[in-house]
Amino acid sequence: MEPAEIIQHSGGVIGASWLMIALPLLGAAVLLLGGRRTDKFGHLLGVAMAVASFVVAALAFIQLLGFAPGERRRGVELYDLIPGIAKVGLLVDPLSISFCLLITFVGSLIHIYSIGYMAHDPARRRFFAYLNLFVAAMLVLVLADNYLGLYVGWEGVGLASYLLIGFWQHKPTAATAAKKAFIVNRVGDFGLSIGIFTIFATFHSLSYQGVAEGMAKGGSIPATAIGLLLLLGACGKSAQLPLQSWLLDAMEGPTPVSALIHAATMVTAGVYLVVRSGPIFQATDTAQLVVTIVGVATLLAGAIIGTAKDDIKKALAGSTMSQIGYMMLAAGIGPAGYAFAIAHLITHGFFKADMFLGAGSVMHGMNDEVNMRKYGGLRKVMPITFVTFLIGYLAIIGFPLLSGYFTKDGIIETAMEHNAILGWLAVLGAGITGFYMSRLVFMTFFGKKRWEADAHPHESPAVMTWPLIILSIGAVVLGAFLILGNRFMLFLSPAVGRPEELPSFHPFSTTGLATLALVAVGVVFAWYRYGSAEVPGVAPRGSFLTAFARRDLYGDALNEALLMRPGQWLTRLAVYFDNRGVDGLVNSLAALIGGSSGRLRRIQTGYVRSYALSIFVGAAVLVGAWFVVGNL
Amino acid sequence: MPWLSILMGVSVLGALGVTLVRNDKLAKQFTLGVSLIVLALAIAMAVQFSPNGDKFQFTEKYDWIPALGVHYAVGVDGIALVLILLSVVLVPIVVLASWHDAEAGKRSVRTYFSLMLVLEAMMIGVFASTDVFLFYVFFEAMLIPMYFMIGSYGGAQRSYAAVKFLLYSLFGGLLMLVAVIALYTIAGKGTFMFPDLVGTIQDVNTQKWLFLGFFIAFAIKAPLWPFHTWLPDAAAQAPAGAAVLLVGVLDKVGTYGMLRFCLELFPDASKFFTPMVITLSVIGIVYGAIVAIGQTDMKRLIAYTSVSHFGFIALGVFAMTTNAGAGATLYMVNHGFSTGALFLIAGFLIQRRGSQFIADYGGVQKVAPVLAGTFLVAGLSSLSLPGLSTFVSEFMVLVGTYEKYLVPAAIATTGVILAAIYILWMYQRTMNGPTAESVKHLPDLNAREKWVVAPLIALLLVFGFYPKPLLDVIHPAVKNTLSSVPATDPAPAVQVAKEAQ
Repeated sequence: MEPAEIIQHSGGVIGASWLMIALPLLGAAVLLLGGRRTDKFGHLLGVAMAVASFVVAALAFIQLLGFAPGERRRGVELYDLIPGIAKVGLLVDPLSISFCLLITFVGSLIHIYSIGYMAHDPARRRFFAYLNLFVAAMLVLVLADNYLGLYVGWEGVGLASYLLIGFWQHKPTAATAAKKAFIVNRVGDFGLSIGIFTIFATFHSLSYQGVAEGMAKGGSIPATAIGLLLLLGACGKSAQLPLQSWLLDAMEGPTPVSALIHAATMVTAGVYLVVRSGPIFQATDTAQLVVTIVGVATLLAGAIIGTAKDDIKKALAGSTMSQIGYMMLAAGIGPAGYAFAIAHLITHGFFKADMFLGAGSVMHGMNDEVNMRKYGGLRKVMPITFVTFLIGYLAIIGFPLLSGYFTKDGIIETAMEHNAILGWLAVLGAGITGFYMSRLVFMTFFGKKRWEADAHPHESPAVMTWPLIILSIGAVVLGAFLILGNRFMLFLSPAVGRPEELPSFHPFSTTGLATLALVAVGVVFAWYRYGSAEVPGVAPRGSFLTAFARRDLYGDALNEALLMRPGQWLTRLAVYFDNRGVDGLVNSLAALIGGSSGRLRRIQTGYVRSYALSIFVGAAVLVGAWFVVGNL
Repeated sequence: MPWLSILMGVSVLGALGVTLVRNDKLAKQFTLGVSLIVLALAIAMAVQFSPNGDKFQFTEKYDWIPALGVHYAVGVDGIALVLILLSVVLVPIVVLASWHDAEAGKRSVRTYFSLMLVLEAMMIGVFASTDVFLFYVFFEAMLIPMYFMIGSYGGAQRSYAAVKFLLYSLFGGLLMLVAVIALYTIAGKGTFMFPDLVGTIQDVNTQKWLFLGFFIAFAIKAPLWPFHTWLPDAAAQAPAGAAVLLVGVLDKVGTYGMLRFCLELFPDASKFFTPMVITLSVIGIVYGAIVAIGQTDMKRLIAYTSVSHFGFIALGVFAMTTNAGAGATLYMVNHGFSTGALFLIAGFLIQRRGSQFIADYGGVQKVAPVLAGTFLVAGLSSLSLPGLSTFVSEFMVLVGTYEKYLVPAAIATTGVILAAIYILWMYQRTMNGPTAESVKHLPDLNAREKWVVAPLIALLLVFGFYPKPLLDVIHPAVKNTLSSVPATDPAPAVQVAKEAQ
């Protein structure tokens, strides 16, 4: 089934959906320009703007539901951004509104949580300003009705990410991580930019509507090139191979940032881009195949990295990479996978944010310790954090009836039908997920206390635990709600299309049972290694494989050897060449003329007027010469 | 009303007036006042400009040397108008920023500010000239105030830098003068009026020689790779304010000249040399950025970023599509604001610490958050972050170039990665990390400095989200220029409905 037409419409809340963006943007502006005067209420204003944005999103959603499914793509024109290239318009449709609800709801909860988490930080106001800025930019990304608007939001979230990773910028590691994230993302943006140029050159239009129309019309369209270029952008933003290396470093940012930006929302933008560009990808098997391969490779790589990390946030970051790999895999399959990709994106937004905030709650009680080898037995002192984390954990490993069970298994089943190799690799990934997530939970909450002497873990305040509770409720129910009866697929289909035949949910399919069995093996193995056994306080050396995983599969080493060092040499060479070569040539030319005309130096008085005079004389001589030569 | 003459006249009278004021402080206030009056007058003029009216508006024409057909003739199209606006916006900002810059100079404070107003008149004149000879006169005369601003008020190596700047430019000027005179003679029209000279040179070989005469002068001025080596020296030694006028406005005369004179007077030669110019531009974009990454001196680093940016502008001019041409023109304006902000804020920082070297800084954000924050915004505008006006122009140049020249545009796009490296690395080394001992007591921006930075950032933001007012003026002028070449935009591979665009 094809996506529905876009109807230009500017009434009701949908017509005012720009408020969703404007409110948090206003919050950011007030907090950044207001300076210290806004210190007192900065966090409250930040929260209010995020919540207000959610209210607008919810009302727009309700209004959208009032239309017949085929009329649920509503365009809102705003103004002419670059005349001749693109206007600014919003597209409120089932796909964008799903993102808006996720961003503003989870975003609001994380804003609230941050009141407690950042309570003692002197720069809390600035933190909320950046969070508001992020929400606004992310909404631009998903609401724009064209690729230029998407790109504006895309870079905007990149900026917010840069500012928030480097929030504690006095720490050199944080500053370096922030810069790295931005630059690696720019490599992706390089691809995205050229992809956008190609779209413009092909259609003279950057709007989704124009592209869909052009694709339907057909002709000489470089769909594969566009698809691969867009994918490069998606890989940067969503930390997919080969541009994954920044995400683990990004954990230098405050934990609410990791939850919101580097787990629930921004890093999923690549999946959004692929799904939104469906008309292009569906015209090219090659690009689609590459998307699925990138997805599978990353879901395995992320999972393997997750198994070896002792830093709780980095283990979770590996997991995020891996889960986004699942979404990418589904997005590469086409209409059969879109609904699962986005459904998993939503449920992952809940359970991963839940777990990141839980990790933050643990750190909050443990003097910001992140090394899980220094945790252990925390379930007794942090009961709410433990229970909510446990729910998130069960959801991600696909424990029956919880969210991940429905959405991730949906992806695995679809992948299996699409291509058995991809399917089985996805099953394998699920097994590894069972292992590394169990390892994380056992090391943190079970076993003996391995705390530092000065650690006095305690449960976090209510302003931090309530968001955890709400997110964990989502982690329980959302999967079933979205998947059963194909509810989400039917809702989404006007925006992205759907397969002719709707999938049906089989609780006891071979794939499902195999997945469950492999997950169980992973859990048991983790219990054997980290639950029942003593966890050493210092990481053992481990095998070659462990070292491989610990060092992020040598991603950084590769970048350093292939890009950074040659880059440094190139820079040095270029600077040397510029000083000695280009400039040296000019100077020696000047010296040559100066030397051979030593007598002329006396008339070079250094006054500008004599230079000016000599120009005129010189010019006259040259013109004379011209005529002489011309007449010969 | 002879608007353009009034603008220049007010500046010149102001320059004379400044020299008569005895008190330095009063002289500065007077200069600021004059530059603000010029700005107000220019805005009053600009609102009366009709984008779709005559090609040149506010025209004036008087005989200067009747025997040779030289005129005092001025007038503006959309391209010249926005560049004049850029100049008159930057001057008061630079005056305010330079409040204490001239105190350590070899000559008096009054002279410095007087030179600035003289320069303002010449900047208006050079963009407004519709007589090729008058343009040449302004083109050369502009060097003189700038030579003194660098040579008498600059850093330790000022003499070397000033002389290098002067000789380089004079060399280019010489070539142009030859070409101007040859153009006059070969055209045989007995006039230097630009509109009368368009289309007079039909012979392609003649066009090529004349093109080179103009182009090399402009390529040195802009500067384009490999004619750029004078710029880092001049910009690093010039006082920050002079560096802004040098890189922000004077250098634009080069790219403006390419668009106005090379394309319209020598269209066939322009097309012939397009592959060469595009190659030089793309090399400049990548090369300038890579060399910028390796700089240890802040001002030299900013100068090299401009080498990269001028590559983008020249690329846009010679791609000869509407989007690229309009983008290049807008780029000239935005780059003035962006680099202006970078130079001035770096100047504030350098003044406080007394060093241009990046390694002498660290952790400034902690002690001077406003300075650091504005520096970051200026830096982000240099790496063309969407939401800031520089993005719009860079995007237009690239998209417009890509329509015709796929590979060069793709290589030029690597500039977006390199720009992120040179800006963020400089920012990290100066502003982030532990606060260096020597900067522990640096004061944050004072009120005057905030007034310098605020309008620049406001302009970058406003035109970042709403560039239409500028583009509405630029578009018709660029289309007009391209139609006289003639150059047409490539058609899309697949035509979609107008409303879907």
